[in-house]
This record gives sequence, C-alpha cells and structure tokens, in this order.
Amino acid sequence: MKEKHDRQKMPEQKPSERIKNFKEVPFGYTEELALNEASRCLECKKPMCVKGCPVNVPIPDFIKLVKEGKFAEAARKIKEANSLPAICGRVCPQEDQCEKLCVIGKMSKPVAIGALERFVADYEREKGDITIPKVSGKTGRKVAVVGSGPAGLTVAGELAKKGHEVTIFEALHKPGGVLVYGIPEFRLPKKIVESEIDYVKQLGVKIVTNAIIGKSATVSELLEGEFDAVFIGSGAGAPKFMNIPGENCVGVFSANEYLTRSNLMKAYRFPEYDTPIPRGGVVAVVGGGNVAMDSARTALRLGAEKVVILYRRSREEMPARIDEIHHAEEEGIEFHFLVNPIKFICDEHGKVQEVECIKMKLGEPDDSGRKRPVKIDNSEFSVKIDTVVIAIGNDPNPLIQKTTPGLEVNKWGNIVSGKESGKTSIERVYAGGDIVTGSATVIEAMGAGKIAAGAIHKFLMDEK
Amino acid sequence: MHRIISKKKIAEDIFRIVLEAPAVAAKRKAGQFVVLRPEETSERIPLTIFDSDEGKGTITIIVQVVGKTTRKIASLGEGESLLDVAGPLGNPTHVERKGNIAVVGGGVGTAVAYPVAKAFKEAGNDVIGIIGARTKDLIILEDEMKAITSELFITTDDGSYGRKGFVTDALKDIIEKNPIAEVLAVGPVPMMKAVCNLTKQHNIETMVSLNPIMVDGTGMCGACRVTVAGKTRFTCVDGPEFNGHEVDFDELTKRLKGYSDMEKHYIGHKGCNLENKV
Ligand SMILES: Cc1cc2nc3c(=O)[nH]c(=O)nc-3n(C[C@H](O)[C@H](O)[C@H](O)COP(=O)(O)OP(=O)(O)OC[C@H]3O[C@@H](n4cnc5c(N)ncnc54)[C@H](O)[C@@H]3O)c2cc1C
Ligand SMILES: Cc1cc2nc3c(=O)[nH]c(=O)nc-3n(C[C@H](O)[C@H](O)[C@H](O)COP(=O)(O)OP(=O)(O)OC[C@H]3O[C@@H](n4cnc5c(N)ncnc54)[C@H](O)[C@@H]3O)c2cc1C
Ligand code: SF4
Ligand code: SF4
Ligand code: FES
Repeated sequence: MKEKHDRQKMPEQKPSERIKNFKEVPFGYTEELALNEASRCLECKKPMCVKGCPVNVPIPDFIKLVKEGKFAEAARKIKEANSLPAICGRVCPQEDQCEKLCVIGKMSKPVAIGALERFVADYEREKGDITIPKVSGKTGRKVAVVGSGPAGLTVAGELAKKGHEVTIFEALHKPGGVLVYGIPEFRLPKKIVESEIDYVKQLGVKIVTNAIIGKSATVSELLEGEFDAVFIGSGAGAPKFMNIPGENCVGVFSANEYLTRSNLMKAYRFPEYDTPIPRGGVVAVVGGGNVAMDSARTALRLGAEKVVILYRRSREEMPARIDEIHHAEEEGIEFHFLVNPIKFICDEHGKVQEVECIKMKLGEPDDSGRKRPVKIDNSEFSVKIDTVVIAIGNDPNPLIQKTTPGLEVNKWGNIVSGKESGKTSIERVYAGGDIVTGSATVIEAMGAGKIAAGAIHKFLMDEK
Repeated sequence: MHRIISKKKIAEDIFRIVLEAPAVAAKRKAGQFVVLRPEETSERIPLTIFDSDEGKGTITIIVQVVGKTTRKIASLGEGESLLDVAGPLGNPTHVERKGNIAVVGGGVGTAVAYPVAKAFKEAGNDVIGIIGARTKDLIILEDEMKAITSELFITTDDGSYGRKGFVTDALKDIIEKNPIAEVLAVGPVPMMKAVCNLTKQHNIETMVSLNPIMVDGTGMCGACRVTVAGKTRFTCVDGPEFNGHEVDFDELTKRLKGYSDMEKHYIGHKGCNLENKV
C-alpha cells in the first residue's frame, strides 16, 4: 500500500533568525499537518509504539481521536497516562522510545507521535479547554514529595487524583526542576511548564517553594510529623567538574550555573532581570549530551561570536538527541570531536583566556558499551576562548542522603529503590527519577513517579 | 512573601532588618545563612542569619548596600515584603568548649561573626572580640559584641575610633598576652587573609566564613566554588566556614570580581535611564 502522506515536517524558525532570539524553534503542527500525520497511523491492534513509551501512552487511541478532529479529547486521552503531554511531546527522545518501535518505521519514517502529542496538548491549552479530572473522595492520608521535577510532579498529580493530600517541597523559588532551570526557553517555553504545573495544583497539590529538605526539615521529621509517606524526587543536581588546572578561573561555568542563570534567573533578559551572564566572545562547551547542546545554543543566543563543542569521543557516541545535534549544526555551532581539555589558562585577573586540549582516539568499549577515549601523546593544542561551559554530567545532590540515616545509596550516591515500587530501604519512603537512575529523561522520571504513586496508594489504602 | 517587621539603619548603608520567616527561624543555627530574592526580577543573594526568634517566627539580617539587590532590600520599608527567603543554608558552626576564642569581625563581617561568637560564648568559652572598619561610622554592633565578649577591641584604619590600625594589630597583642584556642575571622578577603597569615605563624587554628558569589545555595550550580587544601569545595554546602590556613584567598578575590564589569555597566545603564527620565 502506498502511503498517502510522508511524515509531516514541523515548520520552524529559520536558523539565521532563531539564533537572535529565545523563542521556541519549531512552531508546532497546524490542524492540517496534524490530520495528515495522524492519517499515517495504522491504529495497530497490538501497538508496538506503546511498548516503547515508558508510561504507556495509549498512542493509537489518541491518534484516532486526532483523525476525528477531537483534539481536546485526544489530549485528555494522553493525560490518562501522562499528565505532562505538552512537555513530553517536545522533549522526549521519541526516536529512542515510542517512535523507534512504530511499525511504519520499518517501511518509511515512523509516525510523528511526539509532534502529535504536542499538537493536541497545545490545542487543549490554547483553547482553554482543560478539564480537571474528577478527584476521588478524600482519603485523609498525607504524602510529602521532595522536589518538583517531572518525577515529583507526576507522583503528586497521581496521588492527588486518588484523593490523598499532597504537599511538594521544592528547594528553588520556582517549581519544575530541570524543566525550568535547565532546559532553555527555545526548546521548552516556560509558560507551558507553568500551565502544566497549574494543572497539578488544580488537582489539589500544594507546592511549598524555598523549602530545602535536609535543611528546612529532614525526611525523618516529615515522617514523624503530619505525613504518612514521603517520595524523594530530588534529581541529579550536583554538577561534575573535570578536576583539571584552571577550572576555577573566572568565566568557567558548570552547565547548571550557566543554564540556571539564563533560564531560571532570566539572565538572557538582563538588564530587565538583574542576574548577569557573560555575553559574546568565543564560548567552548565541553560535553556531548543534551545539556551541552542546550548550553551551546544558549551561548549563541546570548550573542557569542563563535561556539565550539569539545567532545572527547566521536559523533556516533554523542548522547544528545539527534534533533538537537541537527539544530545545533544548522545554527552554526562547531563540533570538535575526539578532543579533551586538560588545562584552562587565565590572565592576571583570573579571567579564562585559553583552553589547552589533547587529541583523543577511541579504544576498547567501556562499561557503557561506548568506545573508551584514550589520549594521543604529544597532541596538545590550545584554543583562545572567553567563556567555558562544562557539561559533562551531574551527580546526585547528597543533601538528603546525608541527613536521612538508614537510607540506602549505591556507590555513586544514588538512592536505591525498588523498580516495581520505588520503595527505599526506609519504611514509608519512596524515591524515583534522576536521584535513583542518575541523569536520564523526563519521561523516565515520570514513569518512575507513576510506579511509586501506585505503590504509595496501595500502601496507604492497605494500611487503613 | 516575607514581611519586614522592622528596619533600622545602623551605619552608613548598613541596615538591620527583622523579617517574617517562621520556617527558617524554627531551624536555624549559628553560622547559617539564607538566600533571598526581593522581587521577581532580582538576583538570589546570600545573607547571614544574624539572629532569630522562633516564637515570633522572625529572623534578623544585617545588610550592607553594595549593589542592585542589596539596595533594593534596603529600599523596602517596614510592612513591605521580600518575595523569597530560602534557608537555613550552609553548615552550622561546629561549636564546642575550647577555652579562649578570639573573634575578629571586619566591616559588615561583624554581622556574620556575631552569631558565631554568641554561640561560642553560650558553650562556655571565653570570647575576646575585635571589630574593625575603615572609619568610625562603619563600626557596627559594638554593644552586642560587648555583651558577649570578655574584652572588645576596636580598630579603625583612619584612627577615628578605637585604635588606629588594622584588626591584625590588635590580634597580635591578644595572641601574645593570652593562650588562644581558636580564631574566627570574618570580613573582607584581604582581612581574612592577613589574619590567617598571622595565626599561621602562631599555629592557632583559624576558621573563616567565606562570601563567594552564589546562585542557588544548595550545591546545584558550583558558582560558590573555592579551593581549600588544594581541593574544590562548594561554599554553600561544604561551608561557609573553612580552615582559613587552607583557603586560596587570591582565587576567591578574583572570583568575587567576576561580574563587576557587567554590574557596573548595569548600574551605568540604569543611571542613564534615570538621567533620561529627569
Ligand atoms: C539541560 C538539560 C536538558 C535536558 N534535556 C532533556 C530532553 O530533551 N529530554 C529529556 O527527556 N530529558 C532531558 N533532560 C533530562 C531530564 O530533564 C531529567 O532526567 C529529569 O528532569 C529528571 O527529573 P526528576 O524529577 O528526577 O529531577 P529534576 O528535574 O532534577 O527535579 C528535581 C527537583 O528537586 C529539587 N530538589 C533537589 N533537592 C531538594 C531538596 N533537598 N529539597 C527540596 N527540593 C529539592 C530540585 O531543586 C529540582 O527542582 C535534560 C536535562 C538537562 C539538565
Ligand atoms: C554565606 C554568605 C553570607 C553573607 N552574609 C552577608 C551579610 O550578613 N550581610 C551582608 O551585607 N552581606 C553578606 N554577604 C554578601 C552579600 O551576599 C553580597 O553583598 C550580595 O550578594 C551583593 O549583591 P548585590 O546585588 O547587592 O551586589 P552586586 O551588584 O551583585 O555586586 C556589587 C559588588 O559587590 C561584590 N560582590 C558580589 N557578591 C558578593 C559577595 N557575595 N560578597 C562580597 N562582595 C560581593 C561584587 O564584586 C560587586 O563589585 C554574604 C555572602 C555570603 C556568600
Ligand atoms: S510520552 Fe514520550 S515516549 Fe510516550 S508517547 Fe509521548 S512522546 Fe512518546
Ligand atoms: S505502531 Fe505506529 S502505526 Fe501502529 S499504532 Fe503505533 S503509531 Fe500507529
Ligand atoms: S551557590 Fe550554587 S552550588 Fe553553591
């Protein structure tokens, strides 16, 4: 059978335009594009795509509603499984998840599930057609959730729907976790995150900001106090550095600091907002993941003359989403593969001037299955730069683990929790998301949140 | 929102502010700080918790106007509110009974030193105090410090009050006359560095409370990193107090100046706007 349509491309801002602003890059589907794309779905009886989705979104069902023009209903359908569709439609690595297993993908390009998910969620929001699902009768049980990233928001939303009283404690002044402080506006507009958070609030969830668990109150205190159970979704928030000379020079940032300044503190709107960030010059970003791409593209929009990515392996090993690498390339970011910084050199004011690098080659595969980069002797060279952003990954923030006696952690400091329940070594304490898995994805964090919510609900009801 | 209960000017550009923050007041210990943000467009800045009243649900901060955010805070009147107050952050001071403790406060650093000095006093130590400033008008908290110290020495650079000279001059005399178990020094970086150089010669354990630029204050960004004993530490979660003999003060000085160009430009920019309006 010949397809009626090819995979519909989402219109987007031209690279030459978008590097001058922080507006979202793709515009999203029009109704016509959405209908065309939906028509490609075979509505499989045994849909493979659903298996690829960590929260099992009923993909053929929602696409069927799209075909019928029932866009808001389609959004509601998705929300049965995934309460943050406008976000997932934008940032899920669909090519490795739902779309990877779509049967159409065997013959041509898979159905653009993410783009459709985004379209219906945006439609629902823009039309103000959001209905709040019926919340079950109050159970009188109370749950504390630590952290308001995707894991925490999901647990909270699910438990609230079941009638439990949920309070989220968030360390920062704005809820959302990486969705607000990490992922930039041009990839995930903050007003969308806000409206998804509003939705969770409308389910009855209370969010307390500026509350650092481990300092403001410990997990044990929450359990001794009013809460029947605690969920820890504190993320992988502690930046890794390279531990090489000159790393504390002025102008060398962790990606977390660089992105937090720009996104959370809105330094890109300086001086309207007070938080400063360096602009212009040559910016080097170290790393090859989504965080590196986001930092590089942010640097460009802040007015950098040139942005270079320094990655120690080759293109094939880059963990960033293909779309984002592609976007970065279109925008003129230079990729330097198989190089690794070994030293930063600064002037007498401590301001970074140069980065000394060494060339690498690929050796035997490491534990992760990727080829291990090894140094090539005597291949040092240096590059003049004005700003450096280190985006080589994050460790779990140890604050909660340190202040919660009896909480089991692995050798990297991640909390150990049951895959099927999110249960930790402490009774009534659950955990999920990046704090358990290390840096992963939004949808995996949500998946973990959903599993934990199920287990917490069962525990609360059985105990009753 | 955190309402300002009272505000008093205690020296030129230095204000003592009591504000509502019941969650912080209930938990705070000496040596800890808050990160606050006066309004939506503001930076997040760290300020030491000078005092707290759990019963009333209030904390006291002492703030010196040095830039945009501190000026905004100082411009708020009683009854007005600060948008965000997060804390208590940082590790509480490790307080034990040691004997004679010398506490040195330079400029607004005295506000940081005072709660720690008080905690040492309450733990049964004999506290000898030194407070120093450029000039008489900038000496703060003299009465408060007097109340918790067995002796209080004051120095000013210009000799307008107390002894003319630096805090290190007074500290030298104290060290020569008394057996000092520990020195705590808080103030401008050059002062802390000078104190540490002196106490190193006498082999006296010295704690300093560091004031690097911070963003989140929870260990997430690394803006506050300092080198201590050759290792990178995050001041907000590993500090703010460190063994002064191991701190790389020169690096801290440079990192503190990292944004001065931008913030000057900023003040300039606002200045222009004001001029345009006039
Ligand atoms: C720049 C960047 C880009 C990314 N891009 C993508 C992408 O395109 N697609 C994708 O799927 N994934 C992406 N990821 C990964 C994804 O964002 C994370 O896997 C996901 O956010 C993890 O969710 P979480 O809920 O576990 O934690 P987080 O989102 O990290 O949220 C944790 C929250 O807990 C709070 N917290 C921490 N400690 C405490 C405490 N003691 N008390 C109270 N609150 C606390 C934190 O402030 C934070 O708000 C990206 C990550 C980054 C950093
Ligand atoms: C743990 C800690 C506790 C502190 N406690 C107090 C306190 O109790 N009272 C008080 O008045 N101040 C305290 N500070 C310093 C205070 O945080 C800064 O003065 C404030 O961040 C300046 O913000 P601003 O926007 O007004 O000035 P900016 O416009 O950001 O800076 C103005 C000038 O001040 C310098 N500067 C910036 N940040 C700091 C800093 N952190 N320390 C010193 N100089 C800085 C800059 O180089 C610049 O030249 C503390 C700092 C830390 C880290
Ligand atoms: S949530 Fe993500 S993985 Fe699941 S269907 Fe939607 S885009 Fe695909
Ligand atoms: S596998 Fe592809 S074609 Fe089949 S239901 Fe899923 S999206 Fe539609
Ligand atoms: S202020 Fe961000 S890590 Fe210390």
